[in-house]
Amino acid sequence: MITFEGVSKRYPDGTVAVDHLDLEIPAGRITVLVGPSGCGKTTTLRMINRMVDATDGTITVDGRNVRDVDPPTLRRGIGYVIQQAGLFPHRTIVDNIATVPLLLGRNKKEARTHALELMERVGLDAALAKRYPVQLSGGQQQRVGVARALAADPPILLMDEPFSAVDPVVRTGLQDEFLRLQDEVEKTIVFVTHDIDEAVKLGHRIAVFQVGGKLAQYASPDELLAAPANAFVRDFLGGDKGIRRLRFTQELEAEDDASGQTADTVADKAADR
Amino acid sequence: MNAIFDALSWFGESGQWSGPDGIPSRLAEHLWYSLLAFLITVAIALPLGLLLGHVRHGRLAGVVGFVVMASANAARALPTLGLLILAVVLTSAGDLVPILIPLVILAVPPVLVNTYAGVQQVEPGLRDAAEGMGMTGVQVALRLEAPVALPLILLGLRTAAIQIISTATLAAYVGLGGFGRYIMDGYARQEYDQMAGGAILVAVLAVLVQLLFALLRRFVVSPGVRLQTGS
Amino acid sequence: MSPLAAGDDGEPLIRWEWISNNLTDDIAEALREHLILSFTPVLLGFLVSLPLGLACARWKRLYQPTLAITSILYALPAIALFVILIAFTGLTYTTVVVPLTLYTLSVLVPGVVDGLAAVPDHVRQAATAMGFGPLRRLLQVELPIALPVVMAGLRVATVSNISLVSVGAIMGLGGLGQLFTTGLQRDFPTPIVVGVVLVILLALLSDLILLGIQRAFTPWERAGGTRRRKTADQAALPGGGAA
Repeated sequence: MITFEGVSKRYPDGTVAVDHLDLEIPAGRITVLVGPSGCGKTTTLRMINRMVDATDGTITVDGRNVRDVDPPTLRRGIGYVIQQAGLFPHRTIVDNIATVPLLLGRNKKEARTHALELMERVGLDAALAKRYPVQLSGGQQQRVGVARALAADPPILLMDEPFSAVDPVVRTGLQDEFLRLQDEVEKTIVFVTHDIDEAVKLGHRIAVFQVGGKLAQYASPDELLAAPANAFVRDFLGGDKGIRRLRFTQELEAEDDASGQTADTVADKAADR
Repeated sequence: MNAIFDALSWFGESGQWSGPDGIPSRLAEHLWYSLLAFLITVAIALPLGLLLGHVRHGRLAGVVGFVVMASANAARALPTLGLLILAVVLTSAGDLVPILIPLVILAVPPVLVNTYAGVQQVEPGLRDAAEGMGMTGVQVALRLEAPVALPLILLGLRTAAIQIISTATLAAYVGLGGFGRYIMDGYARQEYDQMAGGAILVAVLAVLVQLLFALLRRFVVSPGVRLQTGS
Repeated sequence: MSPLAAGDDGEPLIRWEWISNNLTDDIAEALREHLILSFTPVLLGFLVSLPLGLACARWKRLYQPTLAITSILYALPAIALFVILIAFTGLTYTTVVVPLTLYTLSVLVPGVVDGLAAVPDHVRQAATAMGFGPLRRLLQVELPIALPVVMAGLRVATVSNISLVSVGAIMGLGGLGQLFTTGLQRDFPTPIVVGVVLVILLALLSDLILLGIQRAFTPWERAGGTRRRKTADQAALPGGGAA
């Protein structure tokens, strides 16, 4: 579990990125931070692994104050996936995935074998192992990014708009596989997006941020759609019309899940090639 | 260190500022060789670079790119002094033309490569937009490509100019005038003050040319392009 | 052995006997001196420009002044620097090595800074987020990615140095350039041609070896041709030093 208690982030120029945030992020679930740009959602995410240090308040991970852990050690225990994947251009796919295990001093051969298993798990052909990131499509690179974040088996995964840079068809496929993967691994996932559809689709809990770094509402998708806390949240959901649409999509997804494997997955793999 | 002060007092000696061996006439000689070589270089390399820069498609583009780049690398490898001496030994000493040939050979590649690269780096999207607005080929070249390629073209011209001024110094070794005269004569007579005086003059001239091009860049290149390409 | 071409007095461009007569003494000695005079500055310049470039990349405020100084240095004619240095170091190898080291710096410092600037920000961020400390990130992520640009600078500096060393011949410190002055004094083209050809070959060979090293250490650069950025050769166009 990750907790924020009265956390603020102010920059020297006076900008307030995050304003008195209290938040409890449950273990083993996907929590989505959503909001327009400049609302502090990414800053909030980055304060968890201390890529940004909070100005006030306390952040704990499983009861430990993150300030008491030195940043590199903290970060090696938390997976991180970003929009451009951030793959190392000078390392092969398999070595990219094995990065953190090797940092932790694990055996090189085992790390590579494990990386190959992970490739399969995220739906990547093992034949890609010896390639370099430039030789992969955007969707494939994102899968590598996810595999790399999982490689050291961290209990927590931070994901910053991981699927925003790929086209909609591939994105849908990645989201579906991501949900399937999460069913297997049950990580504590904090997921940042500006896309409310994605938030409703993936989130077990959704935290809606508004400009100025204030938390507007923190609820399950159902509660959020049923009772938006204020006018800002209602607008962000797209008004009554948007809420109806989001509910409809949500029901469709539920049916898809019931009917088992989706056709999307296959379509996505084809599109990735 | 004293030797350097001696060199500085050399500037104050009588006769240094007049006559055929005076600084003004040596400066005129140096500038004359340099300007001549520079103009020939520009006349050859600039149009060629502009032309070749437009070859962007197909196998020909690859070949052109390779040849242009290779010429720049080759020019760096050519030993200037060797070429100068060879040109003189094969013809007759004291003539200007055999000196100009190596000067031009060495100065053409930097202008060619940078002009070529400058034109090549104009984004195809920009060119599309210009044509889409109804610009003719000439208008695209003059109003879009030239201003955008200008920083690199100026860089090429500067490199060539500096190269020429340096190499023109060596021309004195094969019997011509210019500031190099002081260095060669000073060395022959073991008069260090004269050598150092010549060296300082050439260095100052080179730095002035460098600054001239920096100023030119400031006034000729659009601030929008300058900000984009940095420094 | 028919003459390749003739000078104005019927002297052939190359007399092969001269080459075989002088191969082991004059030519070999000149070559040895040339190698020392051109590679010592490359090595020294590399050792200095790496920390200097890193400092400029780390403290951006240093970069503009450094760039201004190196661009002035680059403009100074080698012969002028050689002559001025004689006052301090006399007619020794140092007189040639110091200016060429400065030229190497003027090419390599921007090379290191540009190379580090070419590391995508998201890659740097990802490295930090995975728990790389600053030093490890530099050594394992940033420097390897910067390597092609740095190597391009190193190649330019090496080739320029090899050709510039010969200018030192005017003061009797020119390696293969000594062959040029010999040729001029005797009005005899063979040594000049031999010198020019050897300098070019040496430059070409060094360039190829460095390119081979670069390729061996950066296999990812050859992978997938689609997203290749323009090669660093272009970035390093100005080249180092002038005669």
